[in-house]
Amino acid sequence: MKAVCWYGANDVRVETVPDPKILNPRDAIIKITSTAICGSDLHIYGGYIPTVQKGDIIGHEFMGEVIEVGGGVHNLQVGDRVVVPSTIGCGHCNYCQRDMWSLCDNSIPEGWIEEKLFGNITSAIYGYSHAFGGYAGAQAEYIRVPFADVGVVKVPKDLPDEMLLFISDAIPTGYMGAELCDIQPGDTVAVWGCGAVGQFAMISAYMMGAEKVIAIDRFPDRLQLAKDFAKAEVINYEEVDAGEALKEMTGGRGPDACIDAVGLEAHGVGFEDAYDQTKQKLRLETDRPHVLRQMMVACRKGGTLSIMGVYGGFVDKMPMGAAFNKGLTFRMGQMHGQKYMHLLLQKILDGELDPSKVVTHQLPLDQAPHAYDIFQQKKDNCIKVVLKP
Amino acid sequence: MTSSGGEISKSQSEGQAGDTERWASLIGGGAMVLSGLRQRSLRGALMALAGGGLVYQGVTKQSTVQQAQDALGVNKPIKVEKTVTINKPAAELYRFWHDFENLPTFMKHLKSVRVDSDKRSHWEATAPLGSSVEWNADILEDRENEFISWASVEGADIENSGFVRFSKAPGDRGTEVKVVLEYHPPGGLLAAGFAKVFGEAPEQQVGDDLRRFKMLMEAGEIATTEGQPKGG
Repeated sequence: MKAVCWYGANDVRVETVPDPKILNPRDAIIKITSTAICGSDLHIYGGYIPTVQKGDIIGHEFMGEVIEVGGGVHNLQVGDRVVVPSTIGCGHCNYCQRDMWSLCDNSIPEGWIEEKLFGNITSAIYGYSHAFGGYAGAQAEYIRVPFADVGVVKVPKDLPDEMLLFISDAIPTGYMGAELCDIQPGDTVAVWGCGAVGQFAMISAYMMGAEKVIAIDRFPDRLQLAKDFAKAEVINYEEVDAGEALKEMTGGRGPDACIDAVGLEAHGVGFEDAYDQTKQKLRLETDRPHVLRQMMVACRKGGTLSIMGVYGGFVDKMPMGAAFNKGLTFRMGQMHGQKYMHLLLQKILDGELDPSKVVTHQLPLDQAPHAYDIFQQKKDNCIKVVLKP
Repeated sequence: MTSSGGEISKSQSEGQAGDTERWASLIGGGAMVLSGLRQRSLRGALMALAGGGLVYQGVTKQSTVQQAQDALGVNKPIKVEKTVTINKPAAELYRFWHDFENLPTFMKHLKSVRVDSDKRSHWEATAPLGSSVEWNADILEDRENEFISWASVEGADIENSGFVRFSKAPGDRGTEVKVVLEYHPPGGLLAAGFAKVFGEAPEQQVGDDLRRFKMLMEAGEIATTEGQPKGG
């Protein structure tokens, strides 16, 4: 089959590789009909994620048709159309049973790697380095899905892929980001990052009762989408100081909750940016925490930071003094896809949201290298790319 | 193969009883076992617990070469302690573990285990260059759903002893499974050299084994990516 394989920073290639096989009784094999490039794939593309090996198949946001099931799967049939969440949960450990699927104990085969790095083992993620399980990813024609009896949501056949695909990752990430804010009536929620995750976070925040949602980014087309699609007010942080603007827009208080939908490759301005870029290039700092620093200072006293942008390593110079003295709450994590997938499907079927509006590019799998390039460089007003194998 | 050691005899009864109580509380309930047993032989402690005064006769040091090796730490046994919490009742875990023939399903370095009687079993493990090491072991103490301890008998390729303990985890988290092992690496290998030769540090090996046990018991299968597609 054809698959997108990583070979180094800014080097992905479409190659012919063997088809996946059933390896364990609870596996299923999915023929992929649509697969998206996620903002976090760019961290792999850029070479920021350690333990990725040359030849690894990447990609983790996908859907398709069941073509084979293992002997331990009794609730799926060949021909079922399914969307698959990006994080792999076994369904039986204490964490999965408490709906914390991205904290699963049992999906990473070589858990000692992550345990050394983080102190504990979390769930595997398709196509996201060997620290996160080393599973072959989804930017391919076929994929093996472990724990398929708990790891997929069946979807109707009469809706286009673009309406359903983002249940795999972008929507639950945004939705969980809003849920972690514990939104109260009258609240203002500020969202950093107007990519797909940020857009869904904004929409979710309104669904959960936010009175005002403010979107922060520097790309005009993304800010426009936030206005049109998510109905948010916008700040372009290259034109105004985001912290000051947020104060002025919230009666001098600051937003009640702040959502980070950007992550470790945040783009700063001025001296701060030069500092972090230099440290990162010298491998003295692995992650660039611009958004985190801004949020800690901008958030109102006693407010909540909801961190959904991916971080992998270490950050420097964090204003802990601001966070501590202001009594901030930090909540964060990889999304729990299996927890949200059924309710999000229902919201789509009920017409509460149309996720297909975030798609700007649809390309054949063969053009993955070009797709990564325009997505990373934000060329051609690229916001979200869907690849068709 | 020789081992360093001394004699524990019944005549030291008072000191012995006090020690046994201390080891019983360490091994039976202690959160960290090895820190309390640092200077002691695990085998000696387990035998004292099991038999309340069993005599363990090791070979006393004779040669100056042996004494020199001891001074260098060459004959120091490797001790490993690892604990994992498994979301299953203790009875289920104990039952699976107690049938030692199940152990190779999650202990990668074990080729096979043959249970010969209630007490005696025969073990075969992988060793470098495709060879294997073998030993017979006896169960020292067996408390249903709680505790199993064992020790290799004379003639073992690798002298070893250990225990597994099953205790209720707090709340509804299931069962805490603690494994403590002690073994004497063959040929006087230092612990660090052991890792190079066997491919894994002992702590990691035991940790990985317990993780696989947990996967098997909770998820019904052991996570793998062996045989999956890859580019290049």
